[in-house]
Amino acid sequence: MALHEKRELMDAATVGRTLRRLAIEITEREKGVENLVLVGIYTGGVYLAHRLAALINEMEGQPVPVGTVDITLYRDDALEGLPRPVIGKTDLPFELAAKKVVLVDDVLYTGRTIRAALDALNDYGRPRRVHLAVLIDRGQRELPIQADYVGMRIATEDDQSVKVALSEKGEADRVAWLEWKEEKE
Amino acid sequence: MRPMSIVIRGGRIVDPANGVDRQADLLIEEGRVAKIDTGIASAEKEIDARNMLVMPGFVDMHVHLRDPGEEYKEDIASGTRAAAAGGFTSVCCMPNTHPTNDTRSVTEYIVNRAVEVGVVRVFPIGAITKGRAGKALCEYADMRDAGIVAVSDDGDCVMDSALMRRAMEYAATFGLPVIQHCEDKALANGGSINEGLVATRTGLTSQPGQAESIMVSRDIQLAGLTGAAYHAAHLSVAASFDEIRRAKEKGLPVSCEVTPHHFTLTDEVCASYDTHTKVNPPLRGAEDRDALRAAIAEGVVDVIASDHAPHSLLEKEVEYGLADFGISGLETSLALSLELWREKLITLDRLVELLSINPAKIMNLKAGSLASGMPADVVVVDPEKTWTVEPARFASKGRNTPFTGKELKGKVCYTLVAGNVVFGEGE
Amino acid sequence: MSFSQRHLLDIESLNSEEISTILDLADRFQEISDRRIKKVPTLRGMTVVNLFMEPSTRTRSSFEIAEKRLSADTVNFSASSSATTKGETLLDTVRVLEAMDPSILVVRHSYAGAPHMIARNTDVAVVNAGDGVHAHPTQALLDCATIRKVKGSVEGLEVAIVGDISHSRVARSNLFALPKLGAKVRVCGPRTMIPPGLEELGIRVCNRIEEAVEGVDVVMMLRIQRERQGGTPLFPSLREYSRTFGLNRQNLALSKPDAIVMHPGPVNRGVELAPDIADGDRSVILQQVSYGVAVRMAVLYLLAGSPPVEERPVFFS
Repeated sequence: MALHEKRELMDAATVGRTLRRLAIEITEREKGVENLVLVGIYTGGVYLAHRLAALINEMEGQPVPVGTVDITLYRDDALEGLPRPVIGKTDLPFELAAKKVVLVDDVLYTGRTIRAALDALNDYGRPRRVHLAVLIDRGQRELPIQADYVGMRIATEDDQSVKVALSEKGEADRVAWLEWKEEKE
Repeated sequence: MRPMSIVIRGGRIVDPANGVDRQADLLIEEGRVAKIDTGIASAEKEIDARNMLVMPGFVDMHVHLRDPGEEYKEDIASGTRAAAAGGFTSVCCMPNTHPTNDTRSVTEYIVNRAVEVGVVRVFPIGAITKGRAGKALCEYADMRDAGIVAVSDDGDCVMDSALMRRAMEYAATFGLPVIQHCEDKALANGGSINEGLVATRTGLTSQPGQAESIMVSRDIQLAGLTGAAYHAAHLSVAASFDEIRRAKEKGLPVSCEVTPHHFTLTDEVCASYDTHTKVNPPLRGAEDRDALRAAIAEGVVDVIASDHAPHSLLEKEVEYGLADFGISGLETSLALSLELWREKLITLDRLVELLSINPAKIMNLKAGSLASGMPADVVVVDPEKTWTVEPARFASKGRNTPFTGKELKGKVCYTLVAGNVVFGEGE
Repeated sequence: MSFSQRHLLDIESLNSEEISTILDLADRFQEISDRRIKKVPTLRGMTVVNLFMEPSTRTRSSFEIAEKRLSADTVNFSASSSATTKGETLLDTVRVLEAMDPSILVVRHSYAGAPHMIARNTDVAVVNAGDGVHAHPTQALLDCATIRKVKGSVEGLEVAIVGDISHSRVARSNLFALPKLGAKVRVCGPRTMIPPGLEELGIRVCNRIEEAVEGVDVVMMLRIQRERQGGTPLFPSLREYSRTFGLNRQNLALSKPDAIVMHPGPVNRGVELAPDIADGDRSVILQQVSYGVAVRMAVLYLLAGSPPVEERPVFFS
């Protein structure tokens, strides 16, 4: 069994356009950047949060603070499986009170990561509100959680996954839909 | 049991006391060795000893039978069964029982009990001092009449030089050898293992080898002063063998013994905190272990004795520092000793000397020889038989051995005492 | 991240990757300790038993805080490990505690090897919080964490450990940990307090404190273990000890100008450490205490949960 590409979801240009659209949507619905902060979920959402902040800054001429939150210690399966995953740095260089937080992640799937992120944020303070922006919503939710800003929606199955490649990680921007298939001899 | 006539047929008879090492048959009649010859006519009982070694029964001059007082650990019945399984036809038992064997009445108890339930010959060793407290002498004459063959405070060391001198002189009056457990208690300070790198790494309390050799040196000088027959028990460090060698060169009446665990293991095995490695004197470093083996090969060592020290879970399944010292050794002694022969450190003749002839001589026992007329104390050994050490299958109640799971080569097939099979088929 | 041990019994059984894993994790847990809500739900619902058979307030409180910050439920069980108050054996006590279904047993005991014996006889994960004079692995780890935090890295540093090395589990664990991370270690104390074989381990032994601290980056002072000395005395008087082996302003000046002073605590002011040094600007003693909680959180996090089986793939959604 190996992972094969089912099809390409976004090439580099599409990624760029989608992010610009998300940046516009966020600025529109959040009614500007006052008290707005973006918080990227480690690891997938961090680079995206920075990109969105840069795009919003371009449009509004105002910097948007970016933080990161690591949810490893808040996972509901935190102690299962070895070796333990690396715990990333949680860095929220601002008070959360009165802030409009937009959580950013690359792929929304079961919703458990978001639930853990909400719990983590809760231990740092009480924001005014929390919205969610994701590049891909792949469906198959296990909790009642939805994104407010969605790049693309697809309907995946259990034996599939979504790979998000970003230039910050050394590969060209690209999103692919993958599935496990029997190796062809 | 009515002694019958028995032929032990076709084995390699190794009887260096009489210069015998050949394949032959051994005839036993009325509990005594009748003759050794080829083609002996069949008798009432046949023991097939082809491919086996036939030797005079072994004598373990250092065992703890724990009876009277600690029968849950071992008693004379189980201890002698363990001895028989190990090929020993005679054992000398140490006096650290409860009550201490420091009076005639305890000696008599042991002797009588051995007659009742013992399966091999039991020779008690009396205490040097009352209660082994190192202060007052015991009634050696009285106890000798009751059956002690030597005196020792084993488990403890007689620290007071003046007292040790008088004990040696007094024991010599009655022809009793003095056996010393050599341990300068102040230096040793109750240390659990050998002082060295393993102790430093593990944080276990330790005692330096000098705690033993200092005592050996002192005792040898006292032996020179008194002319007493002196035997150093379970020696473990190179310096001790140097002392013994020098004493023998001077012609002093000293002898010494070593245990199989001391010539097999080093203190590295203590690093696991397995209390089955805890023994006194402690397992030493590789240098001392190798010096010990060299001393055996050279002839400085007179006796291999097990220092059989059975303990129960109560004493061993505790923190290392709290565990009692001791290894249950009767049933692994022979196989470990045969390793020395296989590694060409000793000949089979020397093995018989170490396990049978010398201990018999030191303790003045009629054993160690298969000459015609001698009591038929015989052991038949299969030197090639491999087996795995499983303490649950020991005859001894003591399951405390560091050799669990070890594959050994060499097993006792039959042990006979006075012509009766006490271990093996048809016992 | 490489850590697949079932227990933390000593430093010897850890390799340098495993030690680094723990120290990296400790940095993350230090962040938890620095924020307002000093708690994560990771060990929620799990029970951790502190089995302290030897008195301790500092280490036990440190473990307790670490356990609570991970949302675990803590149970403290103290008893005496002295043979004279033998009632229940140690293993009997462990079996009773096992019946309460704990995830982790944190054990301190006055006999070396006791946590190892417990680990052999239970499925519960065991953390050694100090066994006799043998090991105190979490102390060495927090000492390394402190050095790493303040100096950037342990590699290439020269560390002097001064005091009763023979009777110090802190010294032993540090003697193993520091070289694994690339530091060079020297020890110093009266000969009566230096155990044999250290040169074989690559440790330099110094007879005077001046020699020991010359040019070092870290000076680690040990408490004179008065309570452990039974039998023959190892030094004549505290006065002589503190005059010959105590750290003060003059001899500290022989070390590097930015050298730090460490001590596992509690400090015998005026004996091993002059009071102005204990509270001075080179002292990182309080940081040691702070990182102690983070390091212990890291250890508990790594040992909680299922025992290591073949590696199960971890999927992120």
